[in-house]
Amino acid sequence: MIKVNNITKKFGSHISLENINCEFNKNESIALMGANGAGKTTLIRSIMGYYHLDAGEVLIDGLNPIKQRVEVLKHISFVPQLPPPIKLNIEELMQYISVSANVDKELMKHYANEMKLNINANLNKSFFKLSGGMKQKLLIAISLAKESDIIIYDEPTANLDPKARDDFYRLLKQNEKEKVLLFVTHRLEEVKDLVNRQIYMDFGKIVPDERF
Amino acid sequence: MKNLYLIAYLDLKESIRAKWFLVYSLVFGGLIALFFIAGVTESQVMGFSGLSRLLLMYIQITIVILPIFILITTVRSISGDRDSNILEYMLSFPISLKQYYWGKITGRFITVYLPVIFAMIIAVIYGAFKGADIPWSIFFLYIGVLFAMSATFLGIAFFISSFVKSSEVALGIAFFIWIFLLAFIDIALISLMMQQRVDEGLIIFISLINPMEIFRVAAISLFDPELTVMGPVAFYILDSVSQSTFMLLSIGYPLLLGLLFAFFGYKIFEKKDLV
Repeated sequence: MIKVNNITKKFGSHISLENINCEFNKNESIALMGANGAGKTTLIRSIMGYYHLDAGEVLIDGLNPIKQRVEVLKHISFVPQLPPPIKLNIEELMQYISVSANVDKELMKHYANEMKLNINANLNKSFFKLSGGMKQKLLIAISLAKESDIIIYDEPTANLDPKARDDFYRLLKQNEKEKVLLFVTHRLEEVKDLVNRQIYMDFGKIVPDERF
Repeated sequence: MKNLYLIAYLDLKESIRAKWFLVYSLVFGGLIALFFIAGVTESQVMGFSGLSRLLLMYIQITIVILPIFILITTVRSISGDRDSNILEYMLSFPISLKQYYWGKITGRFITVYLPVIFAMIIAVIYGAFKGADIPWSIFFLYIGVLFAMSATFLGIAFFISSFVKSSEVALGIAFFIWIFLLAFIDIALISLMMQQRVDEGLIIFISLINPMEIFRVAAISLFDPELTVMGPVAFYILDSVSQSTFMLLSIGYPLLLGLLFAFFGYKIFEKKDLV
């Protein structure tokens, strides 16, 4: 499903990814780990087509995420490390997602409800004015409602309380079949029941890649 | 196309809610109100009177402040979204870069253009209500000039926004461009160049490529070319080309310039890393 072929990404003289090769297939839940600056987020962003690579290529179902970004992104759900300060209100943000990615608004509300977030009470509130936890819950709800084949989470539980984390993992467990689930995380113990593969990165390289 | 309209629509809604938009609208609406309160339409100075005088004063001030308003409020649109990781999230949905970029430009164009036009329309309606003659030719020329001016500086702003890494740098560049173009208008330009004994053809050429000078000359092109307020370069230009040719040039050239800058901005946006 996702093929990462020998990719290198440099920022100036700093090599962020060096000759990375890996493949992610259906029904794989991967914990992507490593110290800060190891290249985890760069790898994720390369998969999503945000970076022009210095060498190598990423293919998603045979498609290039830069040249065929619209086709590729139809199949990807993404939650970033920190919720961005989007000024749109919740209603507008949902409209943006509903029109651009054909996601059912009711499904977004359903998953938000499952995450104990009452969307209807906050529809006219700007996204950036929500609390950190509420923002994260909404982004998770959107990612699940999109029903993508590939779900990428960049440390999604950073702002969540223990109860919300449990809700999140429960929903994920229900939705992981026939998908690729890619987690960037520093806490393996939290996701160990969910993942079946663990990749550790260091200085832009994959050090161990273990399946279990 | 639906995504382009969606982005334009949402950008428009977001901008209208922003505090800068309120200040922006108040400045232009306030200018018109101030002119009426000051009795500009009842006075007659150097051949200008009534609504013509009011519109001329309005456009002359607008030529100076509209570019900096547009540059400052727009120059951070792409670079600011990149800085704050908004781009990372918003572009994780299946939207092409073309739709995102041109949708943003369309939304922002409507935001900056409508208040300046509305202020002028209100002036004309209020003037007509007070019994003043409406100078339609001037009114329509200014609508065109403001359209071209908005397009030019929006194009320049998006161009800057596409390649700068931080919002602070974007603001600095925008401010420099505004000062630079402002410094090279008419009297400042000609006195500087005459001091240096520069060829007059070069002086005229430099004024003609400066959109701010073009707008300034266009704003007074419908009035008597013998007026001393015009300035030497403006007089020379209006004396050399016909009025209708200059009017077409004054709208067509800046419009093209804005589109070119916006297009180059898009090419850079497409070729650069998104985050």
